[in-house]
Amino acid sequence: MSVKRLDAVAKVTGRAKYAADLSFPHMAWIKVVRSPVPHALIKEIDWSEARAVGGVLGVFTGKDFPGKVAQEKERPVLAVNRVRYVGEGVAMVAAENEEIAREAARKIRVEYEALPAVLDPLEAMRPEAPQVHGESNIICHHVVRRGNIEEGFAQADIILERTYRTHRVQNAALELETAVAVPEGDNVVVYCPCKSPFNIRRLVADALALPLNRVIVRETTIGGSFGGKDYDMGVLAARAALVAMLLKRPARISLTREESTIEGTKRHPYVLTYKIGTKKDGTLCALKVHAVADGGAYVSKTPLVTWRSAVEATGPYRIPHVQVDVYGVFTNNVYSDALRGFGSPQVNFATELLMDELAEILGMDPLELRLKNALREGDTGPTGQVMRDVSLITCLNRVAEASGWEDKRKNYGREKGYKRKGIGLACSFRGSCLGAGGEGLDAAAAALLIHRDGTADLSCGIVEVGQGSRTAFARIASEILGLPVDRINVNAVDTSRVPDSGPTVASRGTVIGGNAVLKAAEQVRRAMAGVAAELLECSPEEVEFKEGRVGTRDGSRALSFEELAGECYRRGVSLYGFGWYKAPDVFWDREKGQGEAYFAYVYAASIAEVEVDLETGKVEVLRYYAAHDVGKALNKLEVEGQISGGAAMGIGYALLEDLGLAAGEIRNINYDRYLLPTALDTGTIIPLVVEEPCRFGPLGARGLGEPATQIVAPAIINAVCHAIGSRLYEIPASLEKVLSKVRGD
Amino acid sequence: MARVRITFNINGREWTGEVDPNATLLEVIKGEVGLTGTKYGCGIGECGACTVIMNGKAVNSCLVLAPQADGARIETVEGLVREGKLHPLQEAFIEHHAVQCGYCTPGMLMSAKALLEENPDPTEEEIRIGISGNLCRCTGYEPIVKAIKAAAAKLDKSFQEE
Repeated sequence: MSVKRLDAVAKVTGRAKYAADLSFPHMAWIKVVRSPVPHALIKEIDWSEARAVGGVLGVFTGKDFPGKVAQEKERPVLAVNRVRYVGEGVAMVAAENEEIAREAARKIRVEYEALPAVLDPLEAMRPEAPQVHGESNIICHHVVRRGNIEEGFAQADIILERTYRTHRVQNAALELETAVAVPEGDNVVVYCPCKSPFNIRRLVADALALPLNRVIVRETTIGGSFGGKDYDMGVLAARAALVAMLLKRPARISLTREESTIEGTKRHPYVLTYKIGTKKDGTLCALKVHAVADGGAYVSKTPLVTWRSAVEATGPYRIPHVQVDVYGVFTNNVYSDALRGFGSPQVNFATELLMDELAEILGMDPLELRLKNALREGDTGPTGQVMRDVSLITCLNRVAEASGWEDKRKNYGREKGYKRKGIGLACSFRGSCLGAGGEGLDAAAAALLIHRDGTADLSCGIVEVGQGSRTAFARIASEILGLPVDRINVNAVDTSRVPDSGPTVASRGTVIGGNAVLKAAEQVRRAMAGVAAELLECSPEEVEFKEGRVGTRDGSRALSFEELAGECYRRGVSLYGFGWYKAPDVFWDREKGQGEAYFAYVYAASIAEVEVDLETGKVEVLRYYAAHDVGKALNKLEVEGQISGGAAMGIGYALLEDLGLAAGEIRNINYDRYLLPTALDTGTIIPLVVEEPCRFGPLGARGLGEPATQIVAPAIINAVCHAIGSRLYEIPASLEKVLSKVRGD
Repeated sequence: MARVRITFNINGREWTGEVDPNATLLEVIKGEVGLTGTKYGCGIGECGACTVIMNGKAVNSCLVLAPQADGARIETVEGLVREGKLHPLQEAFIEHHAVQCGYCTPGMLMSAKALLEENPDPTEEEIRIGISGNLCRCTGYEPIVKAIKAAAAKLDKSFQEE
């Protein structure tokens, strides 16, 4: 049974309010002035002309913030003294309306003294490169070590070494970033779409030197996140909050698409060198990985993204000897941040392309090579952890069968004429939730309140980013209490009302938030069962909650949920449940590069069918099959939607999206040049839902948001390689790149 | 710049107001008229989030100058509900989980409505072409295409029953 999304009616009627739809009386509008150069000292900011424009309420810079405008090596709310990437915010104007603000912003003159810039991450690693911060451009270095790599290669019959490159893309959520700050007495309330309302609160409080309980963040309907609307939203919130506090008026900052492309969240580009050793029969013996991630100008999520990459770099395979080194590096490019996949897509891409090429060299079917080396239940993984609930082979077999892999693999690519078909495979594993990498608190809170009439109010610290979390949470509460979902109201997050539940990331919402909801619901159920037992003259264990009624198991006596709630109130029995769920402890040894990195993993396998036009280099995705193990599908249609959406994002990553970064400047700043897949670009997507329950998920569920995206690009590129009979090592596989391979350049 | 007085019919009601000559229809709908359902996504007519129906045709309202809408008949997402009942397209979108973040939804619904009015029984390919000007980052389009097909069948049936 697929539960209908609770927020859907508001969205289809246009009643749902996104932050840009909010309006407050006397709202000031803010526009930001941004650096046109990648690395420079700010010598002088002249705002005299801007101030003179009628309707301008104020001009502000980083120096106007009473608190900390930036943590060390982190992106400042507005740059002070120095800019480190093209697009960095330097000053802002507040005015009576957007047009005046824009006009005034254009009149602000900033004098820069250019500094040497470093734009290539490999070059940035050299000691003589221009330094972005302090003494070294190396942000972090993560290792995984297992066995003895030299021994491993010594045992190998075949050794293959390849270098892969992934590029910079953006989240490109349809909703542009907007934050509205409203002074309320001594407090400032920020309305904004956000992935981590508690992080935003902290950032605003730090920048404005306010205690946490005077900053209130209220989640608005969010038009997509995919990793964005986190720190980037915090910066916007802080800018708006400062203006609101100083002018004592509501203040709104709203990015245009161009501004969002320049300022917003980007995926880390990686350069990955993989060296693999295998026996003649395809048994893998050794894998050495050296990867460099371009973190851009500020630290942001780089240490966490690269840690995840290190843990997952060798893929879901049994490999006894492993050596992984992943570096995060500063450059004067726009900062890299979280983007759906968070370090998994890049290494997944390299691993799966490598396996495909290796299969070809060995004369093996790519599926056969995967099946031979795939992790199995109880195996020791690359980080020395014992792997449980391993469903990889189930996923591989499922997708191979559904797609008709064997025949198509033999027959595609042989067509005459200028169109060639290809079929490609990829598989993956992904650590669930935050893991031992240190992103912080991996816990969540939920509060469930049953009213006198049996209706419910549910609050969870996990936000709805479009993934359907509210519906999933309502479903969990509904399952425990037998209360129909339409009687459960799930509230938007208000940071003053619910404990910090960490960010809605890492596909942890369902697992961590869901478990918190489960506990809250169970607490309420226990209280109600106690009263019901008295009324029904049975023991509490015999009480059943089903379809809005509470009764004995044999059905002989029952009352409605509403009647029971009323009776509980009369007796003074509290119907408030609070659930706090903390992810199981994991640990990581940084030096040895070993440990229980994640408490659970999610498995997937996918197959892409493409058709390549040999005259233009255009790749058409015909069909994409994806088998994802979701543990238990709390909402089947929603799960399929996540798979389908993830596929579209992966298609964009593999074939279409490119920021066109040159000399630190982004050239493709709107959708006319930054190409997102349309309904004509996605082909037919066939989601295959595998359900092998995970022991840690609420009702057995695992997270899905990110696994759905990470394996798409390798499957597609492997299919393209199959079609054209030649290897690609970079994405995006643009028309020019594919054509050049076809021509044998 | 001197303001311009314009009148148009929006969702069945007449609206008159004074607008900047360089204001877009999108800005006026969201601002002066106060209907916030239609969305701004790119400002250059590429994403379709601002799609409304103008004189029976789906248009990107961010590319229509408000004075051009003088005398026009405009339909936005707010006009789909009739006598408190959801339009079959709206119902189908909910039924088929074609709504995740919802930001593309108003524009997508209007493109779909315009499509079905012109072509009541479209093939899947025709549906995809019909919504090819509406970007969605969340759903991968599959559920949206299914929803439109289901709504087409329902609308067709009720039309035949009349």
